[in-house]
Amino acid sequence: MSETIKMPQTHLASLAVAKSYSKGEHKIPVLRGVDFHVRRGEFVSIIGQSGSGKSTLLHLLGLLDSPDVGEVQLYGHRIDDLPARSRDELRNRVFGFIFQFYHLLPELSVLENVLIPVMIRHSLWDFWKHRKAFREQAKELLNKVGLGHRLTHRPSELSGGEMQRAAIARALMGNPEVLLADEPTGNLDAETGAEIMELLSSLNAQNELTIIMVTHDEAIAQLAHRIVRLAEGRLEAWGEAA
Amino acid sequence: MFKLLLCTRYLRTRFIALASVISVMLGVATMIVVNSVMAGFSTEMRFRLHGLLSDVLVETFSLDGEWDPEKWMTVLKETAGDDIEAMSPTVEVFGLIHFKYGGNWITQNVSIVGIDPVSKAKVGALPEHLENYKPVKDDDGNIVRAPLYAATIPPSWDLHPTYLEERRERINRSRAFDPVDEPATSSTEDDSDAAIKEFAQEGGEQESTDPTAPHKARVYIGFQLVTMPYVDKETGKTRQLTMAGPGDDIKISTVTAGRPPQPCHFYATVVDTFKSGMSEYDSHLVFCNIEELQRMRGMIDPDSGERAFTRIQIKLREGADPDTVVEKLKAALPAGKFHVSTWEKKQGPLLAAVEVEAAILNVLLFLIVAVAGFGILAIFYMIVVEKTRDIGILKSLGASSRGVMTIFLSYGVSLGIVGSGVGVIAGLLFVRYINQIEGGLTWLTGRKVFDETIYYFPSIPTKTYPMMVFWVALGAVTIAVLASVLPARRAAGLHPVRALRHE
Repeated sequence: MSETIKMPQTHLASLAVAKSYSKGEHKIPVLRGVDFHVRRGEFVSIIGQSGSGKSTLLHLLGLLDSPDVGEVQLYGHRIDDLPARSRDELRNRVFGFIFQFYHLLPELSVLENVLIPVMIRHSLWDFWKHRKAFREQAKELLNKVGLGHRLTHRPSELSGGEMQRAAIARALMGNPEVLLADEPTGNLDAETGAEIMELLSSLNAQNELTIIMVTHDEAIAQLAHRIVRLAEGRLEAWGEAA
Repeated sequence: MFKLLLCTRYLRTRFIALASVISVMLGVATMIVVNSVMAGFSTEMRFRLHGLLSDVLVETFSLDGEWDPEKWMTVLKETAGDDIEAMSPTVEVFGLIHFKYGGNWITQNVSIVGIDPVSKAKVGALPEHLENYKPVKDDDGNIVRAPLYAATIPPSWDLHPTYLEERRERINRSRAFDPVDEPATSSTEDDSDAAIKEFAQEGGEQESTDPTAPHKARVYIGFQLVTMPYVDKETGKTRQLTMAGPGDDIKISTVTAGRPPQPCHFYATVVDTFKSGMSEYDSHLVFCNIEELQRMRGMIDPDSGERAFTRIQIKLREGADPDTVVEKLKAALPAGKFHVSTWEKKQGPLLAAVEVEAAILNVLLFLIVAVAGFGILAIFYMIVVEKTRDIGILKSLGASSRGVMTIFLSYGVSLGIVGSGVGVIAGLLFVRYINQIEGGLTWLTGRKVFDETIYYFPSIPTKTYPMMVFWVALGAVTIAVLASVLPARRAAGLHPVRALRHE
C-alpha cells in the first residue's frame, strides 16, 4: 500500500483530533483538538501525566480507535474514515504496536507470537507455502532482540524484559513503517527499561523506523528526537530532546 | 492461519472445553444407543408381526364369513396370480378358553383362528414358532430335549406320541384316584360341561369309546395364555409356570355363524404351544383345526357340504409389490364383501405407535443435545470474556472482526466434531456390547436390567442405520456451531482498545 503513495515529509499526522469517552450520561473529553505531525524516520516521545490523553492519541494514530472530530492522516491521506477492513490491513502492514503490559498471547510460544502478524496477513495456504521463510525471519528478529534461545518458551516462562523484547520482535515481524509504543518501559526495572530503549533507538537509527512512544518518564523520553507534551487533552509543547 | 492455530491451541489448553465435548459426546452416544435399540425393537417386532401374518389379507366384513373359499381363491389367482405364491383360507372369531389349574377354572379372552396348518405354513411362519419344533434348554443353555419334529416335517394336528402317552397315563391315574377330576367327557361334568356335551352331540361330535383319546378339535395355544411368570426364590431367576400344555384339554366358548349368533362351546385338545415372540399374539391367539371350528360354528352347509371362511391369507412372490396387489384385488372383488389390506396396514396402529414413540424419544433426546448446546454457549461466553484481552491484541495486530469470529466459530465446529466423533464411537461401542453391558449392570445391581420374559427377546435387539448416525452427528455439530455464534459475535464486536484494557 505504501509503495503507491508519494511520500511527503509528514509521515503520520493528527489534525485537530478530539475524543471523549462517555461515562453514564457524562462525556469526559480526553483530547481537545490535537494537531500532531511526525516525519518519516523520526522518534517522537509523547509525555504527559496520567489521564492527559497520551495513550488515546496513540490509539487514534494507530487506528485502534476513531476520533470524534478531526482526522488522522498517513502521507497526507486521511485514514481514520477508511472501511474497517482497510484499517485492519493498515494496522497489520503499516503499524507495529508495543504495549506496557507486553500483550503476548499466553497460549502461544514466543516464536508463534512473533509469527502472528504474518499469519494474520496471509491465507493459510500462503503461510504454509512460505512458512520456512517466515520462521527464519521470526528467528532472526528474536535473535536480534536477544531471545534466540527462547523460541519455544511460553510468555509465562519469560521475564518482563524478555516479554517486551518478544513484543518488539512481534511488532517488527510485519515490517511496519511506524512503531507505536505505549509505555514500553513502564513495567520494567530501570536497567531493563534502558536496554529496551537502546533497542528501540537502534531500530530507529538502523531501519529508519518511525517511532512514536508514549511515556510519563521524562528521562526515557529524552532518548527520542523530539518530545511532545500533552496536558488535559491539548498539545502543550513541542521540543527537541536534549 | 492464526485462526486455526488459536482454535487448536484453545482446544488443547482450555480444559473447560472438555465439558462441552463430553456433553456433546454423551448426547450423541445416547441418541445413537436409543435409536439403535428402538430400531432393533421395531425391526424385530415387524419381523415377528409379519411372521404370523401373511403379506396380504382378504377378510370378510361379516363374522359369518363367505361361502366357498376355493371359488374366491380362484378369483384371486386370476386377478393377481403372477404375484401370488400361496394362499390359505382361515376362520377367525373371538372367544374364550377355559382350563382348570390348581382346582380353579382359568378363563382367557382369545382370538380363535381356524387354520389348515399345511397351507398356513406356506403363507407365513408357523412351525418356527411351535414349541415341538424347538429344543428345550436348561438355564445354562444346554439342550435337555431335542425338537420333537424336524423342521422338514409339515405341521399337523396329531398329538405327538410322547404327549399322547402322558395324557393317557394322567387320565387313567386321575380316573383311578380322583373320580371327580375326570376328563371332559366323563359323567361327572358340571352344568357347563353338560351343556358342552349336549352341544357337541347336537353338532355331531362322536363320543370316543376311548376316554383318553384326544378331542377332534385340536389347538395350538399361545404360550402366554397357559404360562405364568414367577421368580424362583432359590435362584432369583424368572421362570414360567406352565398351567396347560400339549395333551391337556381346554374348553372353548365362541359364537355360531348366522343371526342371531348363538353361544357354542366345545372341548379341544392342546397339540402344541406357540411362541412367536409377539406378546399380542402369544397372549391372544389360539389356532384351531379349521374343519372343527367351521363345524362348531355352523359354517358348513349341511346340504352341499360347502364351507365358509372369514379370511384368505396370501403370500406374495419375491419382489411383488403388496400395495399394487391390494389395489388389483380390491378392484376385482365385489364391493362391500371383503376388506383387502397388507399386513402392515393391518398392524398399522401398533407400528405407528412404535414410530411415534421413537419420534418422541428422538425429540426428547435432541433436547438433551440442545441442553449441551446451551452448555457450550455458556462455556464459550466465559472463554470469550477470559480471552477479551487476546482479542484486543489480535485486533491491534490487524485481525479483522470476521477473523476473530471465525476463531470462535471454528472452535465450536471443532468441539462439535470432536464431541460427535467420540460420541459416535462411544455410541456404536455401547450398541455393539449392549448385552454385555446389561449383564454387567445386572451383576452390579443384582437386579435384571433387561428381563427377557418381559420384553420377550432373548437379548436386547439393536439395529444401527448409518444415516441415523450421520444425522445425529450432523445435528450435534450444528447445535455446537449455533451455540458458538453468539459468543463469536460478541468476540468479533469487541472494541480493540476496551478489549486491551480488559482486566
